[in-house]
Amino acid sequence: MRSSFPLFPDSASTHAGTVDAIFIIWSLVSIFFTALIAGLIVYFMARYRRRHSEEVGANEEVSVWLEIAWSVIPLAICLAMFVWGTRSFFDLYRPPADAVEYTAIGRQWMWKIQHPEGQREIDTLHVPVGQSIKMKLASEDVIHSFYIPAFRIKQDAVPGRYTSIWFRASKPGVYHLFCAEYCGAEHSRMIGSVIVMEPRDYQNWLAGGSAGKSMVASGGDLFQSLACVTCHRAGATGRLARGPALEGVFGSPVKLVDGRTVIADDNYVRESILNPTAKVVAGWDPVMPTFQGQVTEEQLSQLIAYVRSLGPIGSAPAGGTGGTPAGTTTADSPSAATTPQTAGPGAPQ
Amino acid sequence: MNTTAAAPPVTTTAETAFRRPNYLNAAYGVRSWLLTRDHKRIAILYLISVTTFFAIGSLFALLIRLELLTPEGDLFQPDTYNRLFTMHGVVMVFFFLIPAIPAVLGNFLVPLMIGAKDLAFPKLNLASWYVYNLGGIFTLWAIIHGGVDTGWTFYTPFSTHYSNTYVIATALGIFINGFSTIFTGLNFIVTIHRMRAPGLTWFRLPLFIWATYATSVIIVLGTPVIAITLLLVAVEKTFHLGIFDPALGGDPVLFQHMFWFYSHPAVYIMILPAMGVESELIAAFARKRIVGYKVVAFASIAIAVLGFLVWGHHMFVAGESIYAATIFSVLSMLVAIPSAVKVFNWTATLYQGSISFQTPMLYALGFIGLFTLGGLTGVMVATLGFDVHVHDTYFVVAHFHYIMVGGTIMGYLGGLHYWWPKISGKLYPAFLSKLAALLVFVGFNLTFFPQFILGYLGMPRRYWSYPPEFQVLNVLSTAGASILGVGYLLPLCYFIWSMRYGKDSGDNPWGAVGLEWDTTSPPPTENFYTTPVVTHGPYEYNREEVHNRMSQEVTLG
Amino acid sequence: MASSPLVDPHATQAHHRALAHQFDSLDQQKESSTLGMWLFLVTEIMFFGGLFTAYVIYRTLYPQAFALASHTLNVPLGGANTAILIGSSLTMVLAIWAAQVNWRKGIALFLLATIALGATFLGIKSVEYREKFETHHVPGPSFHFVPESEHVKVTDPQLERHASIFFSLYFIMTGLHALHMIIGIGILAVLTVLAWKGKYDSEYHNPLEMTGLYWHFVDIVWIFLFPLLYLLGAHAR
Repeated sequence: MRSSFPLFPDSASTHAGTVDAIFIIWSLVSIFFTALIAGLIVYFMARYRRRHSEEVGANEEVSVWLEIAWSVIPLAICLAMFVWGTRSFFDLYRPPADAVEYTAIGRQWMWKIQHPEGQREIDTLHVPVGQSIKMKLASEDVIHSFYIPAFRIKQDAVPGRYTSIWFRASKPGVYHLFCAEYCGAEHSRMIGSVIVMEPRDYQNWLAGGSAGKSMVASGGDLFQSLACVTCHRAGATGRLARGPALEGVFGSPVKLVDGRTVIADDNYVRESILNPTAKVVAGWDPVMPTFQGQVTEEQLSQLIAYVRSLGPIGSAPAGGTGGTPAGTTTADSPSAATTPQTAGPGAPQ
Repeated sequence: MNTTAAAPPVTTTAETAFRRPNYLNAAYGVRSWLLTRDHKRIAILYLISVTTFFAIGSLFALLIRLELLTPEGDLFQPDTYNRLFTMHGVVMVFFFLIPAIPAVLGNFLVPLMIGAKDLAFPKLNLASWYVYNLGGIFTLWAIIHGGVDTGWTFYTPFSTHYSNTYVIATALGIFINGFSTIFTGLNFIVTIHRMRAPGLTWFRLPLFIWATYATSVIIVLGTPVIAITLLLVAVEKTFHLGIFDPALGGDPVLFQHMFWFYSHPAVYIMILPAMGVESELIAAFARKRIVGYKVVAFASIAIAVLGFLVWGHHMFVAGESIYAATIFSVLSMLVAIPSAVKVFNWTATLYQGSISFQTPMLYALGFIGLFTLGGLTGVMVATLGFDVHVHDTYFVVAHFHYIMVGGTIMGYLGGLHYWWPKISGKLYPAFLSKLAALLVFVGFNLTFFPQFILGYLGMPRRYWSYPPEFQVLNVLSTAGASILGVGYLLPLCYFIWSMRYGKDSGDNPWGAVGLEWDTTSPPPTENFYTTPVVTHGPYEYNREEVHNRMSQEVTLG
Repeated sequence: MASSPLVDPHATQAHHRALAHQFDSLDQQKESSTLGMWLFLVTEIMFFGGLFTAYVIYRTLYPQAFALASHTLNVPLGGANTAILIGSSLTMVLAIWAAQVNWRKGIALFLLATIALGATFLGIKSVEYREKFETHHVPGPSFHFVPESEHVKVTDPQLERHASIFFSLYFIMTGLHALHMIIGIGILAVLTVLAWKGKYDSEYHNPLEMTGLYWHFVDIVWIFLFPLLYLLGAHAR
């Protein structure tokens, strides 16, 4: 289906149209100004060419208004495009509430992809048409960049933190998946395919694929096998309660020992597993050991998926209220991370 | 500029001109060159070094284009290809584009244009050439021993913990080279402040001087930051520290911030001097005062200042906060405005001018066109939502080549053609030089325009092999590169040829005004026979005494 | 003029032996070198500025590790060094004063004193460095860091890694500062010899003033380094 000599890329996501519109308008503006300048130059060249060797130019100055005009008009055009471009950029980092989360982990030189249902793929990503998908990205070694030209999206996968971007595929087909940040010898082979399918085909594909456990189930297993459950136990009291119960925590604000409040998002849970004492929840002792080096990036994602799936228990409130900027989330609508925020501490209150 | 009367009578016969004492025949022998403190001779030394590195960088470029002729990587191993584009970037950016115009044309012209005998610190000037070559030798050493494969951007943690190539030697070479750039920039600032001829007020300075001044400010403020950044990379790699390595608690994006804090302003180090050259060429070949002189002068300063505030636009998709990205985006758009204003002023200068189509003017007109397109696409990539798609693709590659090659190199070649009679006292062949200008223009567009389309199609940069549907455009690009190569070789040949066989140029073959044309060509060692006294602005063609010199004009060929 | 084009316009004027050919007067020469020196110091500020930025960022990220690591530095030795450097700045100023009053031997004496104080600083610094090697506080394979007091409640599980960033920055910053000192001492040594030979007097002592600017700058860098590395956040332990 790909042309052998395309001049315009496939557009296969809901976001692509906006980028294309910006591109076309900008191109028209560029062509207009380039043609204007080139036209004027050619005209002046012909009109004012030197006719005899002692001729000199007239010492005309242009009016101040002309100077102002050719400063202000480009400025106005730029600012208009700035507003448009920034709005479309913000949209990219604010996934809709119904977005489903996939994980892509980059390593030299492959993309390891996990579906929420547990399906795993390498260098191939199957997605259904019309479903909003939030890609959570991480890297095991150097910086990579997750790039799907047909969707007009790109986001770096930076080691040591999560970043994310979302899309909604709009047209079935097979599209390129590239690594766009130079990552070493086989950088140009860190490529793959994005296969966009009709939802029914996608379900068939899921059913026919290797039946892995879902992300949540795998995370639940880990939660047991790593003995997280011994401390983080719902309903435990007294001596047994060594750590906060995790039910309903994800996506809601958490009050810390030092008085700050943070939103329990991907990066917070990740940090709490790898660097538990960096942000201790108010009312608890910093007794949790680090799991740095004991869990892989993939297992981390599974654990986080599990923690997210833990809905509120009993009468416990479901966390965040309308005041939180991240939007309230439930187990089914993980949309906490509104920004590709850095994982480092020092996040604002 | 009233010194014409004081200069010796201008003679155009080759014999007398050759005997007239000038900086070229003041002394002979290798020592007289290697130990010279004459800014003009140092400019020649720089010309030779810079041309050598340009040739090396171009060779890498040609090999890159050759590999990309086919989608499969069949000419080199990927390791080799990665070294090629890295060394192409390192050599071109640090050893050609940054020093080219300041160290060659700036060195030659700054004292001449302000009526000084030399730069303020001649020994420092010579030292800068030696330091430049020392840095170059370190880098060449790294190339010969197998090169470096990190990309010229040295992104961590790849450069510090994953690459097994000569990262440290290359970083050290760039570190050393930084001193040479700083020496030159510092020298220019002091010279422009303290050594102007009597009567030469700031607003009587040629626009090339304004541009050089703005460039020097960026050099002085920016270069130390890249020095410390590369030093940290070298130290981290040597001692396995964790400053930028996430596995040891460091932050890889901090490296990007520190790197681009210099490397984005470095783009303005490359383009501002070319803009200065452009102003001189337009004024000389339209024989007209530059429209909006003060606006153009202050635009250079505005670009220098704003240029320091936009580095974050290199990290739009690197995990930077979206609010930071917003600020960097709007600032990047602001920096485009002074550039746009310059383009409009140059164009308006042609209006009612007396336009001559000598070779340098062809480069100047080509510059305006290419720079306009480069600048406009620059605003495009500053647009956030758009940049997400084209970031790190060939669109960006095409954009910055339009600025650096279409802008800087066109300006450099135009300037070299314009001042060549001043430098050598000789003329170069008209037809060949115009042909070369045409080849450069056509070859350039054929090479880089298809890359805009490739980038929008989604071809990432630094790819050694690529999906087959990108081939047609890559073939076009490679074809253009070979034309461009010929376009660059021609001037090298006829400049060398002209030194021996070229016609004598006389003192002022273009009939141009400007202090540098008020002395003889080539100038004597101390530039002027008497200290010039300046009574008016730089581009005053409508004056009685200027008319006399018009008759001197020589038509090339 | 036209008949003798290469006449040096200054040849007939009496001019100072130290006046370089490209300048018209000693004043112009002095103004130029002063401006040049200040510009050089600007580049130095930007150079150290990069390091200070990195330091501030990591200090904010890992406050406890930085505070604990900072606590292991030897404050009395650092304080003594601060006093010594300030003293050396004083002797440097005195050397210039000696030139202004034409006391030629005085110039050399005060320069020698400056060198001696600078060397003392480096000596004390090397004692501190040795301490770090002995306690395995030098980042690298044998790096080892535990808080000095057992009562410290460690809340940073990667304390050792983060402390190693502190010590990396400590060695890079103080090392680069020491390198500047060594270069300064070298320049001072040359100046001492020239001063002894009587090259400088009240009319011409530009090199002294320029070196003085440099020396004061190196001094000021230390005045920022000392509190940043040794003192800040000591309460956090």
